[in-house]
Amino acid sequence: MSLLEIRDLKIYYRTPRGPVKAVDGVSFDVREGEVFGIAGESGCGKSTLVHSLILRKPPMFHAGGEAIFKGKDLMKLSEEEARKIRYTELSIIPQYAMNALNPTKKIKDIVWDLAREHGYEDRSEVEGLLRERLAMVKLSPKVADMYPVELSGGMRQRATMVVSTLLNPDLLIADEVTSALDVTTQRVVIELLHHFMEEGIVKSIIFVTHDLALLDKIADRTMILYAGKVAEIAPTEEMISSPAHPYTKLLLESLPKIGVRYKETKLNGIPGYPISLLNPPKGCRFYTRCPYVMDRCREEEPPLVEVGDDHYAACHLLGGENQ
Amino acid sequence: MSELLKVEHLTKVFTSGLIGGYEIKAVDDVSFEVKPGEIVSLVGESGSGKTTVGKLILRLLTPTSGRILFEGEDITGFSKKRLKSDYYRKVQAVFQDPFASFNPLHIVDRAFYLVFSSFLPEVGAEEREEMINEALRNVGLNPAEVRGKYPHQLSGGQLQRILIARALLVKPKLLIADEAVSMLDASTRIDVLNLLGDFRDKYGTSVLFVTHDLALGYYISDSTIIMYRGTIVEMGDTERVFHNPLHPYTQMLLESVPDINVKWEFRGIEPEKEEGTVYAIEGCRYAPRCPKAKDVCFKVRPRLVEVEKNHWVACHLYGG
Repeated sequence: MSLLEIRDLKIYYRTPRGPVKAVDGVSFDVREGEVFGIAGESGCGKSTLVHSLILRKPPMFHAGGEAIFKGKDLMKLSEEEARKIRYTELSIIPQYAMNALNPTKKIKDIVWDLAREHGYEDRSEVEGLLRERLAMVKLSPKVADMYPVELSGGMRQRATMVVSTLLNPDLLIADEVTSALDVTTQRVVIELLHHFMEEGIVKSIIFVTHDLALLDKIADRTMILYAGKVAEIAPTEEMISSPAHPYTKLLLESLPKIGVRYKETKLNGIPGYPISLLNPPKGCRFYTRCPYVMDRCREEEPPLVEVGDDHYAACHLLGGENQ
Repeated sequence: MSELLKVEHLTKVFTSGLIGGYEIKAVDDVSFEVKPGEIVSLVGESGSGKTTVGKLILRLLTPTSGRILFEGEDITGFSKKRLKSDYYRKVQAVFQDPFASFNPLHIVDRAFYLVFSSFLPEVGAEEREEMINEALRNVGLNPAEVRGKYPHQLSGGQLQRILIARALLVKPKLLIADEAVSMLDASTRIDVLNLLGDFRDKYGTSVLFVTHDLALGYYISDSTIIMYRGTIVEMGDTERVFHNPLHPYTQMLLESVPDINVKWEFRGIEPEKEEGTVYAIEGCRYAPRCPKAKDVCFKVRPRLVEVEKNHWVACHLYGG
């Protein structure tokens, strides 16, 4: 069952030189009970995509498509309605989560403020829940009485995770939450997210990262974005063992792995740089860097086609409507 | 003397607060060597002191104690003039944020002109232009595409290549690359890293590759040094350190690296505790987190011992 259905979503940024088409006609589902990974390079639109589900602040604007979450289109919610479902149904851990908490308030006051806004009346009950959750992420109950600045980066990250998930949101969005962390701290965060799912605190997670190897550890399915478009969606294991889109293939080949050394096997990156999203050319957005480019790729945009079981990719090499 | 760079008992103490502040030994009795033509990765997490070591070698910081021997000569006493005229011709650096390394008001070419006026004043204008173009081509850039441009007109990957081209223009003997590819996307990162390898192969340039990314360190380096909270916990031949990690910290670190060939078991890794006091620990600084810690670990600092050929570890489990 789908918890979130995104259909042909377009999220642009207004600029004096015309709209920057950061997310340009993206469709996918997030199912109940899964971790859905979104990966791509800087500027691919992954962060814009998930933030647009929560709040669209100018210059960001909704240019088309829908995002149906539990029967409601997130693009059409009033501010009031959006505030209501925030934390209780849909919650986000932002990229710089360790600096996301108000530094002038104690953790327990931050939590009480947001619980009260959602109709909670018993403060001791909320604080009891907070202490229980702090213990779950291996923080001492004392943390409830501390200010965010008193905590180290890794501890603050865990406190933010507790705050974001306290009211049991159905869908949790984690946007590059581990990018600024050390690998050992990152591993702890991944384990905790996994634990939140197991305990039923959250039903589904959208995990956004630039690190494909990390998605391999946590995501059931993964979507690869390139320059505002979906390149490929597949169960993560299948994506890694048999990528269909040339971009996914080249990206996987460029990843360093323990066992591969410069002296013996030289890895290669992808030549060139992503196109500008201000006036993207017609056709496939990857054609400027693709080693398999054909005439058709410059003219026609490839549709997303099914290439295997639950496996979709958008590339003319893989067929499509016109074949 | 086979080494190019020899660091001996290097220590850097930072004091926090003017009066009654506390001291942090960010680098604590660190010794290692870099041979000519060798790529050494200096790996550690935030707070390990890896960047401080790089800055000390570049004399951007002055050590509290210890010696830094470059070609046999202690550089810790070099005057500013000597550093500029001589040392920086042989030792160059590339840092993490390429955007921060350029003046946004000037075209990128200026970065090269400064190198010529400092180190190669004898080169004529025509030859200079040709050298710049060649340096750019060497790092995979088309001079026509980048010359005359302002930093904001280029991507991070292009700027980082320009900085590498500039650093290598004087054919330095040692290049210090501090997280030089961390900000780049996966698809461009590996090619920039390959450049460092290519240069070593071509010109014998040694590289001290400072990174938090173990997979990148493994890929490019001959030797690896693992630091934790200002101390070296393990070092040696890269293959040996990665395939036979001995220090409990190195083992945990390697287990935490997401690698697409390795599956993770979810079994509850112990997160860090509050560690403000860790720099004051007399013994092993990893002891408070170490699952195998004994009493002695908190009291006595383990020495680095060579447990097999070219593989050193500082841990009481191995007689340190």
